[in-house]
Amino acid sequence: MTVRILDAGFDPWMLLSDYQRSGAPLEGAYGATAVFVGTMRDFNEDQNVQSLFLEHYPGMTETCLEQMSVAATERWNLLDSLIVHRVGELHPGEPIVLVAVWSAHRKAAFEASRFLMEELKSKAPLWKKEQREDGARWVEHNTPG
Amino acid sequence: MRIEVRFFAGLRERLGIAEREVSVPEGTSIRQLWSLVVPEEPLPDNVLAARNMEYVDLSSIPCDGDEIAFFPPVTGGAG
Repeated sequence: MTVRILDAGFDPWMLLSDYQRSGAPLEGAYGATAVFVGTMRDFNEDQNVQSLFLEHYPGMTETCLEQMSVAATERWNLLDSLIVHRVGELHPGEPIVLVAVWSAHRKAAFEASRFLMEELKSKAPLWKKEQREDGARWVEHNTPG
Repeated sequence: MRIEVRFFAGLRERLGIAEREVSVPEGTSIRQLWSLVVPEEPLPDNVLAARNMEYVDLSSIPCDGDEIAFFPPVTGGAG
């Protein structure tokens, strides 16, 4: 079970590949891996977004994501989970979040990855500030899933 | 009791305060703490609070040395 907050750009596919190759998720035990990657869009509410600043509450963010991972692990009997979230300045096309879970069977993997993303979006102390053509503004609420 | 108060995101910018150590009477609730720190600002309806980095109800009462954070609804993730 791993949680990482990164303040520089990352390649979720490379990171995932390295993580899996490191042997963290026990090879042979898992039959299902579900992966979710969230990427920055260049529009929100019909307006162009040029860049994004992601603020967070250092310490609480990690604790919060770890608690969610523990809850998901217990509920779906996961073999492993990985959550990576960007903070700082981002541009359209850059990955913001990676959630991956490993389980024996697909139902647990699909459900747990969905659960982690919804929990993350509603509870992890992270805030987006968008830079648009007409100025900067804090995003007030997340889009529905 | 001494409390470390922190504000994040839009609240931090609007109030112009990132963190402030305050001394308040024993038994002060988190809701009352807000009024003591920023008396000129009404408590926003959608404000969230954390005590020592755990979500907490506004009616709860902190202890000496606690860190209390106020912040707007969270907007992390993507997709």
